[in-house]
Amino acid sequence: MIPEPSLPFPVPTEICSPAKTFGFWIYLMSDSVIFALLFATYASMSRNYAGGPTGKEVFDLSTVFYETLVLLSSTLTCGFSILSLSKAKTPRLLFWMAITFLLGLGFVLMEYSEFHSLIWQGAGLDRSGFLSAFFTLVGTHGLHVSIGLVWLLVMMVQVVQKGLTAPVQSRLYRFSLFWHFLDLVWVGIFSMVYLLGVL
Amino acid sequence: MFGKLSLQAISYDNPVVMFGVVLMIGGGLAMVLLITYFRKWPTLWNDWLTSLDHKKIGVMYIILALVMLLRGFADAIMMRTQQVLAEGASQGFLSPSHYDQVFSAHGTIMVIFMAMPFLTGLMNIVVPLQLGKRDIAFPFMNALSLWLTVAGAALIMASLAIGEFSTAGWSGYPPYSELQYSPDVGVDYWIWALMLSGAASTMTGINFVTTILLGRAPGMTLMRMPLFSWTALCTNILMVLAFPALTVATGLLGLDRYLGMHFFTNGDGGNMMNFVNLFWIWGHPEVYILILPAFGIFSEVISTFSGKRLFGYRSLVYATFVITLLSFTVWLHHFFTMGASANVNAAFGIATMVIAVPTGVKIFDWLLTLYRGRIRFDVPMLWALAFIPTFAIGGATGILLAVPPVDFMMHNSEFLVAHFHNMLIPGALFGYLAGYSYWFPKVFGFRLDETWGKLAFWNWLIGFYLAFMPLYALGLMGMPRRMQHYDNPEWQPLLVVAAAGAVFIAIGIGCLVLQLLVSIIKRDANWDQLGDPWNGRSLEWSIPSPPPVYNFAVIPEVKDIDAFWDMKEKSTVDRQPVHYEAIDLPKNTSVGVVFGGLSFVFGFAMVWHIGWLAMAAGVAMLATVIARSFDDDTEYRLTAAEVGQLEGKRFRQQAENQQACAKPLAGQE
Repeated sequence: MIPEPSLPFPVPTEICSPAKTFGFWIYLMSDSVIFALLFATYASMSRNYAGGPTGKEVFDLSTVFYETLVLLSSTLTCGFSILSLSKAKTPRLLFWMAITFLLGLGFVLMEYSEFHSLIWQGAGLDRSGFLSAFFTLVGTHGLHVSIGLVWLLVMMVQVVQKGLTAPVQSRLYRFSLFWHFLDLVWVGIFSMVYLLGVL
Repeated sequence: MFGKLSLQAISYDNPVVMFGVVLMIGGGLAMVLLITYFRKWPTLWNDWLTSLDHKKIGVMYIILALVMLLRGFADAIMMRTQQVLAEGASQGFLSPSHYDQVFSAHGTIMVIFMAMPFLTGLMNIVVPLQLGKRDIAFPFMNALSLWLTVAGAALIMASLAIGEFSTAGWSGYPPYSELQYSPDVGVDYWIWALMLSGAASTMTGINFVTTILLGRAPGMTLMRMPLFSWTALCTNILMVLAFPALTVATGLLGLDRYLGMHFFTNGDGGNMMNFVNLFWIWGHPEVYILILPAFGIFSEVISTFSGKRLFGYRSLVYATFVITLLSFTVWLHHFFTMGASANVNAAFGIATMVIAVPTGVKIFDWLLTLYRGRIRFDVPMLWALAFIPTFAIGGATGILLAVPPVDFMMHNSEFLVAHFHNMLIPGALFGYLAGYSYWFPKVFGFRLDETWGKLAFWNWLIGFYLAFMPLYALGLMGMPRRMQHYDNPEWQPLLVVAAAGAVFIAIGIGCLVLQLLVSIIKRDANWDQLGDPWNGRSLEWSIPSPPPVYNFAVIPEVKDIDAFWDMKEKSTVDRQPVHYEAIDLPKNTSVGVVFGGLSFVFGFAMVWHIGWLAMAAGVAMLATVIARSFDDDTEYRLTAAEVGQLEGKRFRQQAENQQACAKPLAGQE
């Protein structure tokens, strides 16, 4: 490899590889195009009820409130884990990673039970265009969070097995970018899908 | 146990399909036998399949592209033959469903599995060399991209033998492509082939944007980058931003087909117009993804073979960037007839005409580069010179189609077929073939045979005009595209001319194959001993042919546009440096090819609804990637002494060669 280049924007170069970080930002841009198109698809289909239930009838804001609370807290704990990383405090890092994992897992399980109860109520993904778009948008986000959980688990193993080597630190930093990105997408889903849906 | 798969999936009763299958399996077996006979399996595995060297990955991409060119052309000549025969009482030799599969496969293969691998291969080989780099940003991800693309292509080839391909055209419009109207697995093959190669292209985009923007040779500022690297940058930006739209479009169609959702169905709140929008939000930028790198190749070739610096370098760069931006503003012109309001159509029609302006700027820049140049008519230059007027014709018919009322007349006619072939054959394929003969000596160390190259060129050019100009007339005479059979005897003579054109193109392709064989056999006569066979201008010509695995023993310092020309003028070339540095390079790995194999199994299992196999392959794919992430020992080091030894050998060799043939000196501007 050639020596690591410098980046045109500030990054904590002591814990991350500039080229990989830059590439990861570009991946996130590409992924946000996927979400943008899913949002647009949802927006254009949000009233295609086909005689089935509407958002007002099936969305339960209190469930969504708890989901949001859990996911946003996991972002905070993810931030704490990066702070402990930059201070090289491994036990504390592992602690915050574990908390982040549990919160993320809680979010996925809550979403799973929400989906389950929707399908149980007869508001399944094959009921109408509106519900197809809803399940796909929210489900794609949930799939990303699940992949993030696998990634986090792998990173915990690597921290224990390899210690805070340069590649491990760099991967953790990219994981935190990914996790914050998913948080941002959720804020969009919360406002555009659930809030507008029940209004 | 095997989902929808059974022995009935193989159509023994269709002689045309079986002939194709026999050709495909025969070709494969012949390759296996040859490799075994020459005992090349270890070489193939150790030096190629597991390699992370960007030059070798580029070569493998281009081999894939050439193989798929043969397959896509076989489809084309079948269509031309069918349309000659199937007039009036005759039904030709292809049934409607088979003919529909043929044109769907032709479009999908030519765009996704011929053009994309060809341009990706050229970028892989050339971009790091032009920018003075030893490697690309993410060599392992590059291998994943390659093998995912191969897996996608293999799925399409498998659909020939097992089951059937989509009959919904290369654009797969619903509701026809929905389960209700296309219950067989054809559309699923199409979806999974596009999914795999779409993921591959997104990763290639991320890889090359990073490669080009970070860590170029010192002094290689953005505005000193050779034009091919500039167009590669813009193409990769488009790949990163446009390919997600293809993934979403085909993904949602897949959800409709697999989970009974209602994105594009007729009833239950589906809206098929959303698919058309999503598809072309990718599809239009895709046109520029294909064409921009060819523009870059033409710029390099025209400048080199005119012996002049490119006229209006800055305006070419800006024009490339303007095209990149505007390519996202014109997608609606693919469906003016879908029912948007007149004002919306007018806005997109005007945007479409505007995009002709930067393209026009480029044409004038190339013409003015030629003006008073010292032109050499080598094979790459022939392709470039033929491109300019031919492409201008296609551009003019494009402007016609950009006028919505005219488009209402021409939509879905042979005029449209003529137009986009008129853009993509000279605008993309001629460019790639120019690049192929231009950079071939750099990669393999010997030139391609001139005679066969010129024969290939002239047959292609004559064949192109004969095959596609009649289609313009047929479109104006009212002939729709994609007809398996027709009842208008007035169309037949022009269709015969078009078929004759296809025969010329077939001879052209034959000449390309012969050119390769003859060049390999007669390579002793065509050695490129000094690494600079065309008196080139950019950095790739400053290193030996074929380049050492590390490309540059010493990273060059760039002082000007046309960096190597500048060095030749200042006579700073070929001075053996006093000391070298250690170089880290990526180790070979089999993970890429294993991952590609698993993704093929995954795609195949999904196509045939074999749940357990898809699950197993998916888990195995995830496991290989995770296992790879545990391996931090992915590079090996060439010490400074080793580099010095290799380079010393090269300089001695070069000195001997120089005595044998005088080195061409940098001429006058």
